[in-house]
Amino acid sequence: MSETTYLEAIRQALAEEMAADPTVFLLGEDIGRFGGAFKVTEGLLDRFGPERVIDTPISESGFVGAAIGASMMGMKPVVEFQFIDFMANAFDMIVNAAGTSRYRWGQKVPLVLRGPSGGGVHGSAFHSGNPEGYYCHAPGLKVVAPSTPSDARGLLKAAIRDPNPVIFLEHKFLYRRIKEELVEGDGIVPLGRARIARAGRHLTVVTWAAMVHVALDAAAALAGEGIELEIVDLRTLKPMDDEAVLASVRRTNRALVLSEEPQTGSFAAEVAARIAELAFGFLDAPVARLCCPDTPVPYSPPLEAAYLPDVPKLIAKARQLLAY
Amino acid sequence: MSQAGKGFGPLHPAAAAARDLLSPSDLSRERQLELYRWLALNRAVEDRLTNLYRQGKVVGGLYSSRGQEAISIGTACALAPQDVLAPLIRNLGALLVRGIRPREIFMQYMARGGSPTGGKDCNLHFGDLSRGVMAPISMLGALIPMMAGVALASRLQKVDRVALTYIGDGGTSTGDFHEGMNLAAVLQVPLVVIAEHNGYAYSTPTDRQMRIRDLAQRAAAYGIPASIVDGNDVLAVYEATRRAVERARAGGGPAMIEVKTFRMKGHAEHDDASYVPAALKAEWEAKDPIRRFERHLVDRGLASREELATIVAGLQRELDEDVAFALDSPLPPAERAFDGVYEPGEVTA
Ligand SMILES: Cc1ncc(C[n+]2csc(CCOP(=O)(O)OP(=O)(O)O)c2C)c(N)n1
Repeated sequence: MSETTYLEAIRQALAEEMAADPTVFLLGEDIGRFGGAFKVTEGLLDRFGPERVIDTPISESGFVGAAIGASMMGMKPVVEFQFIDFMANAFDMIVNAAGTSRYRWGQKVPLVLRGPSGGGVHGSAFHSGNPEGYYCHAPGLKVVAPSTPSDARGLLKAAIRDPNPVIFLEHKFLYRRIKEELVEGDGIVPLGRARIARAGRHLTVVTWAAMVHVALDAAAALAGEGIELEIVDLRTLKPMDDEAVLASVRRTNRALVLSEEPQTGSFAAEVAARIAELAFGFLDAPVARLCCPDTPVPYSPPLEAAYLPDVPKLIAKARQLLAY
Repeated sequence: MSQAGKGFGPLHPAAAAARDLLSPSDLSRERQLELYRWLALNRAVEDRLTNLYRQGKVVGGLYSSRGQEAISIGTACALAPQDVLAPLIRNLGALLVRGIRPREIFMQYMARGGSPTGGKDCNLHFGDLSRGVMAPISMLGALIPMMAGVALASRLQKVDRVALTYIGDGGTSTGDFHEGMNLAAVLQVPLVVIAEHNGYAYSTPTDRQMRIRDLAQRAAAYGIPASIVDGNDVLAVYEATRRAVERARAGGGPAMIEVKTFRMKGHAEHDDASYVPAALKAEWEAKDPIRRFERHLVDRGLASREELATIVAGLQRELDEDVAFALDSPLPPAERAFDGVYEPGEVTA
């Protein structure tokens, strides 16, 4: 089998689920003949036709609302946002209409809301969002953020089959930068289960999406000094795999949460709080966070580099924790 | 979308009927040459940006207003100094008229420390209210209610200040557009909205964006008067804007002007726009607003070809300096990433 990019893996998941289930259909801006701003849906219009790959007007609140309605009637819409930042335009629909339905009146809303998130490509404030904190906060939503092509495919397939609204954050920095051979068959990756991306015994780094790769690079660099980081890739943020995180912390006795969000009110804060609450007795040092500063995402390369967590910043933070 | 070309043609009656003649105008020769200079500068700055982009000097995307320059220039020139204008990405010309210098724009696109945002934001995402410019927002439609608020403040403060902003055909599909228009109508504030009907929103032709032919119909739904103007006729755009601005200034409330035009390049420089039928593009190429205005000036004896060439040569020399200046200017220092989130000023007991 040949190597598949993260982006192709997402396209493959969409195509496979559409082929397997006639109720799955796509909605979004420029996703038809144009194949989407990042070309994720390229070729799907030819294959599945305009009733299943639907170009929408620029009406985020409108097409998310329509997706919710269609979903309640037995369809499975997969909505693409041109940039994940534009999900904010449909915030009310997502948080108030989709998120609360099952709880309020027992009506399920099987729906996937997906799109490119994250920074590192000089997109500046309106095109670099990491909105996981907002949506994890809202009850009733599941939130997924894959870091590898296999996970992107397997988690997206699971998200489409899930009977709940799932927010699927694709990190645009990874789209064409990482490749791997995908497993044959379904390759489903269940929602809510973390993976150990690298085993180690000195410090647990809990992270997701593009930051997994920063953590892996830092771990490789520190391995030369005999320092072994254990990297937990959460994959699904909500529901979070507490047990995988706690088990790792019980082994290493130190924890650092690495995230590409502005720090205050981040999902990273929730992860850190859970570790402190549930594994306090195992900790040899306070739980640490390495996040972005509380600023909008800057544009100029030196500013964005200063803003984003990277290998040197992670190594410095890890050393602090190990020396505690 | 294969029928895009067919569906698109009838959407533009004004433009389809457009002859080479521009609208009659009482503007003096000097004012008309001024309009010409801005048009030529708008295109020249964007051509320089395209070169810089191809050299890999532009950080991020580049959005062109080629073919739509008459809209930015005609509208911005119809404002008074105290008015406030909010551009979108295809309104670089309007910024130039408001006094933004080309070197600021070059630095901004190249993410330099000396750019208007100090490298914090990109392309035309900056503002300066001292020059009457509000910074654009990427989330399409957002500027309509914001500018309704700018106009509302004029009324509350009893000052003579009109707000003007732009929206693309695609942008008029957003909820914010509709909420903002309705609010402006109900409050009867001095807001002028320029709706740029340029055929496409990214790859989506307007007939896949809405089932009405004219954007002007959108305004009618809110009781806002709208006119339809040939957007490649700078004099017509100028006159229509002047009328709407005067009316708003006199307390007549909001107005919309639909300008029929065409996006002559892709959505951004990375997009080759292969989804646009070649014939449609060629048809609009012939209506190039700058070439048309040149013919108008020459045919009416307002300027000779040589005079126009001298104007262009002069501004090209200025741009040589501006580009060199921007290229020589440094990227911002990393620490700037962390400052400036809050306005200083503490409230004490
Ligand atoms: C709310 C929102 N959704 C999506 C986008 C992404 N986007 C940026 S420009 C664009 C097309 C805009 O088309 P139009 O309004 O017709 O303006 P034009 O580019 O033709 O000038 C889209 C979809 C956005 N900026 N805002």
